Amino acid sequence: MLTHLLTDLSRQSLAALRMLLVMTVLLGVGYPVAVWGAGQALVDRADGQPVRVDGEVVGSRLIGQQFEGDEWFHSRPSPQAYDTLASAPSNLGPSNPDLLAAIDERRAEVATREGVSPGDVPPDALTASGSGLDPHISPAYALLQAPRVAEANDLTVDEVEDLVAAHTDGRGLGFLGEPGVNVLELNLAVRASAPGGD
Amino acid sequence: MTDTLGGLVTIALLIVLLAAAYVPLGDYMARVFTSTRHLRVERGVYRLTGVDPDAEQGARSYATSVVGFSLVGIVGLMALLVGQAALPMDRGLPGMPWWMSFNTAVSFVTNTNWQSYAGESTLGFTAQMAGLAVQNFLSAAVGMAIAVALIRGFVRARSGTLGNFWVDLTRATLRILLPLSVVAALLLLAGGVVQSFADTTVQTLAGHPQVLTGGPVASQEAIKELGNNGGGFFNANSAHPFENPTALTNFLEVFLILVLPVALTRTLGTMLGHRRQGVAVLGVMTILWSVSLAVTTWAEVGAHSAAGRAAGAAMEGKETRFGEWASALFAVATTGTSTGAVNASHDSLTPAGGGTVLVNMMLGEIVPGGVGAGIYGILVMAILAVFVAGLMVGRTPELLGKKISARQMTYVALYTLTTPALVLVGTGTAIARSDTAEAMGNPGGHGFSEVLYAYTSAANNNGSAFGGLTVTSDFLQITLALAMLLGRLVPIVLVLLLAGSLAEQGKVPATAGTLPTHTPLFVGMLVGVIVIMTGLTYFPALALGPIAEALA
Repeated sequence: MLTHLLTDLSRQSLAALRMLLVMTVLLGVGYPVAVWGAGQALVDRADGQPVRVDGEVVGSRLIGQQFEGDEWFHSRPSPQAYDTLASAPSNLGPSNPDLLAAIDERRAEVATREGVSPGDVPPDALTASGSGLDPHISPAYALLQAPRVAEANDLTVDEVEDLVAAHTDGRGLGFLGEPGVNVLELNLAVRASAPGGD
Repeated sequence: MTDTLGGLVTIALLIVLLAAAYVPLGDYMARVFTSTRHLRVERGVYRLTGVDPDAEQGARSYATSVVGFSLVGIVGLMALLVGQAALPMDRGLPGMPWWMSFNTAVSFVTNTNWQSYAGESTLGFTAQMAGLAVQNFLSAAVGMAIAVALIRGFVRARSGTLGNFWVDLTRATLRILLPLSVVAALLLLAGGVVQSFADTTVQTLAGHPQVLTGGPVASQEAIKELGNNGGGFFNANSAHPFENPTALTNFLEVFLILVLPVALTRTLGTMLGHRRQGVAVLGVMTILWSVSLAVTTWAEVGAHSAAGRAAGAAMEGKETRFGEWASALFAVATTGTSTGAVNASHDSLTPAGGGTVLVNMMLGEIVPGGVGAGIYGILVMAILAVFVAGLMVGRTPELLGKKISARQMTYVALYTLTTPALVLVGTGTAIARSDTAEAMGNPGGHGFSEVLYAYTSAANNNGSAFGGLTVTSDFLQITLALAMLLGRLVPIVLVLLLAGSLAEQGKVPATAGTLPTHTPLFVGMLVGVIVIMTGLTYFPALALGPIAEALA
């Protein structure tokens, strides 16, 4: 009985190996290369939508970046400072004292930086995202930062708020997901509008 | 448009689209598995593999093929992972360590896609597309083949055979998964998912170096969701903007996760010649899924956690473009099926939200379950339900014209014991070891939940994680790999033996005393049996983890 089963298993394994090889060629090479070809031929965004300044790629509109300093809009907190070779959330549990302490610390820090009351700091400014690479902040967090960014760039708050509105990605099809402000594109626009900017 | 209205419209549209696909896709799949014609490309595959496509297999032979194919798949994938430095497009990365490659190979072959590695820093493009993505297709096709074999067990009378595994595998791959993946990949490409073969290093606007990681992502993302695999190209999985750039691609991914498991209930009804049975099974899945979605959405949107209250919203681990509604929907879809892709950190979900997605897996991956695995999982539970009902009224239980006797119940009992035993013994053993506490990413009950989640996810072949747990120790790599392997192959062999025993029987004609199994009464009965079975098995473990945390 057992020997019969083992003989059958080894015989079947030969068919299995051949099947695996054939399928690897079809599904593991043919399929992804065909999709790549279609991406090259049909759409112009299969390469991660790079953002260029003077022909030089400075990032992707899909991937968030780390910004420090008053002249920039700041992105959400990121456990790995927007390192794309280590995409990850914090994985801190909902009752973890370290997370609660981090939220308190960020609230105080952002409130001081923006000169607002701690209660006015929006949730996305206090929490890390699912990828650590979130390209967006909420419109509320962007508007909170607008006065500081305006002052640092010699722009009026109205001008900066207009730029925020212009770089807000609305809900998909008007109802999917939530609106977000693309931080990299917004910062580029601020720099381009600033007197003495490019 | 408010978040609430947007969230509700999203769910409504999802249901409409799934309903629209239900009949055409379900009936198409039924035709794929009942047709006697072979396509020309399939004949080519059979010739190259030396398979006689018209030879029928009995339960033992079918099971041997599945086991042999899985073992060959594991060895082949391990070879690619360990030896990836010799492959083209290796991104200069070294081969994967042995136990990690064993864990990963088992994980992808068993349709689990548990990941103890981070794709962007560990794997080259060839290992991803020619190794992992191939198993994404094949493991899903195996699931469908097993489901179809069990359905044939009910359909056939006085028959010694269940079909041909190689034919079922080839057809599921070439007629269902591949064409749908091509369409899905093109849609994902249009939505901005990456498909390239190069990494680019740039200086960011603020002057930091950043690598724009490329890769054949769109092609892999499509089958990853459609085949209920869930292994991310990148570590952050579907939270990564290159895998899931917009709320629209996110919606498409949720649809892809659900479409095959849902439509397969129609395939079930059509192949049985009893379509209301398929609807009844879908009804059971829908009831459990709706409760799960309602609880998770309530917990996440309402920020019912300490961190949620502190920050003003449960946005830790969630992407801005998705928000709480779309993150809760994805979490329920991915754990109710055996997908395990994530668009938000499950470790950071609220206690009630994280606990609910954990329970989704504990239900045995049947709401609506993995591709194929959901069908055979729920049919096993249906046999249990008619058995319980039979005991109540003192009649020999029957399901779909087949008598359920001691032999069938032996297989069913072993099936229902296998995964819980793997989960509870695995979790208990891990917790008893002193070094497990150091591997936990969070203190207290939540740390326990991380370990419970890991073994639940592995044994039920889901693959999502409470990611704070460091799973790279040899102990966790090996025991989780064994949980995945036994949690996949033992139930499959039992299902095939069950199918064989059913096919051998004649058909019992339905009489006035037969319990109808397509009525609301039976739907309620089946929901009850599933909930009671899960509750009795897992309540003590849940009480130590998420329930304790939610009440704290």
